[in-house]
Amino acid sequence: MNFMDSKQPESGLLGPESDSQRTLYPYVTGTSVVALKYKDGILMAADMGGSYGSTLRYKSVERMKPIGKHSLLGASGEISDFQEILRFLDELILYDNMWDDGNSLGPKEVHNYLTRVMYNRRNKFNPLWNSLVLGGVKNGQKYLGTVSMIGVNFEDNHVATGFGNHLARPILRQEWHENLSFEDGVKLLEKCMRVLLYRDRSAVNKLQIAKITEEGMTISQPYSLKTHWELSAFQNPTQGAVGSW
Amino acid sequence: MTKQQANWSPYDNNGGSCVAIAGADYCVVAADTRMSTGYNILTRDYSKLCKLADKCVMASSGFQADVKALQKHLAARHLIYQHQHNKQMSCPAMAQLLSNTLYYKRFFPYYSFNVLGGLDNEGKGCVFTYDAVGSYEKVGYSSLGSGSTLIMPFLDNQLKSPSPLLLPAQDAVTPLVEAEAVDLVKTVFASASERDIYTGDKLEIVVINADGIHREYMDLRKD
Repeated sequence: MNFMDSKQPESGLLGPESDSQRTLYPYVTGTSVVALKYKDGILMAADMGGSYGSTLRYKSVERMKPIGKHSLLGASGEISDFQEILRFLDELILYDNMWDDGNSLGPKEVHNYLTRVMYNRRNKFNPLWNSLVLGGVKNGQKYLGTVSMIGVNFEDNHVATGFGNHLARPILRQEWHENLSFEDGVKLLEKCMRVLLYRDRSAVNKLQIAKITEEGMTISQPYSLKTHWELSAFQNPTQGAVGSW
Repeated sequence: MTKQQANWSPYDNNGGSCVAIAGADYCVVAADTRMSTGYNILTRDYSKLCKLADKCVMASSGFQADVKALQKHLAARHLIYQHQHNKQMSCPAMAQLLSNTLYYKRFFPYYSFNVLGGLDNEGKGCVFTYDAVGSYEKVGYSSLGSGSTLIMPFLDNQLKSPSPLLLPAQDAVTPLVEAEAVDLVKTVFASASERDIYTGDKLEIVVINADGIHREYMDLRKD
């Protein structure tokens, strides 16, 4: 799109993009995050790709981070906005800690805070270009919620962002149950991530799985999934397509 | 880099249908629990009902984030009211507050479609229906949201409320007894979920009467 051709007014909310200080579209983005509740807490998975448009520009982006003692945050969307959100949360947790009263913010509080931050920024027409997933355990209570760029938020037993909503959640709805063991939970997440890897062009085969329980959280080392590309449709994708090269 | 996204919008429509029916000594307020965006179902268990006061319940569909902000704002205003007056706000008072709150954002509206149901000061059922910018009307029954085009004509046909133009003004409350009204609500939602993809999963029904607030659920189509 050529900016010179646009016949929009010079000032106001709809001014030309060239002098805009707002995120009107994202630059470096991460794709889906998938998370679920299991027997002892929350499991979350995200790959490590960072896309620059349709170029896979970065291959080791950590998109899941611990927040305080009880929460885990996963993000898809604009990576720089995610890093800014992490700065907000670091400050929030720090100032909460300085009360030194033995209280700490749990996943419910952090999720609610994120909800207000995202909605507040959309009210200013200056959104944080992310879909966030927040999971955690506090006082034996499991919590899993999500927030979008414009502030839409909800809790559920399993959540996914972006393409995950199309490809992973149908699998989760079919196979998820309350008493998933850790091993079965990881297997289910890997199944979702494999489907995403095959069908989401911006997914990469390098992912992390994070676990959070009452005892604490761990984020796994990056690893790859076993794939199988030997199916005939993958081997010769243009078979039968007359005129294709 | 060329722009790939369509122009960003601060709004979304998360769908859902709301119904409220007022009777002589009760009020039924109901909504489904599906939350959607586009062709995606985000969750099958999200309550669209909000208890604003002891005898006042609001059902809202539209843009979830705006609805949540509106609910929080009204809850805060009601808390202040309780501190200042040492009583619960009446349903007609809450109706006026809701209208003012919506109109306050006339030029960046809350994209929410609300029906307010409850009991008035005489204990009679009352329903108030709104548009997104706050114009409102007291009626005997109402339906709003994505399935309202399917539900409203059915309610009109079954309940035949007197014209609001009649003089002297006729009472708008429906002649049904409480159990009949609850059954009617179940029927209209079962019907709406057959054709409206944004209505389904579960129906949440709240009945307000002299005994207080009573809540029940019914399963709807999940496809």
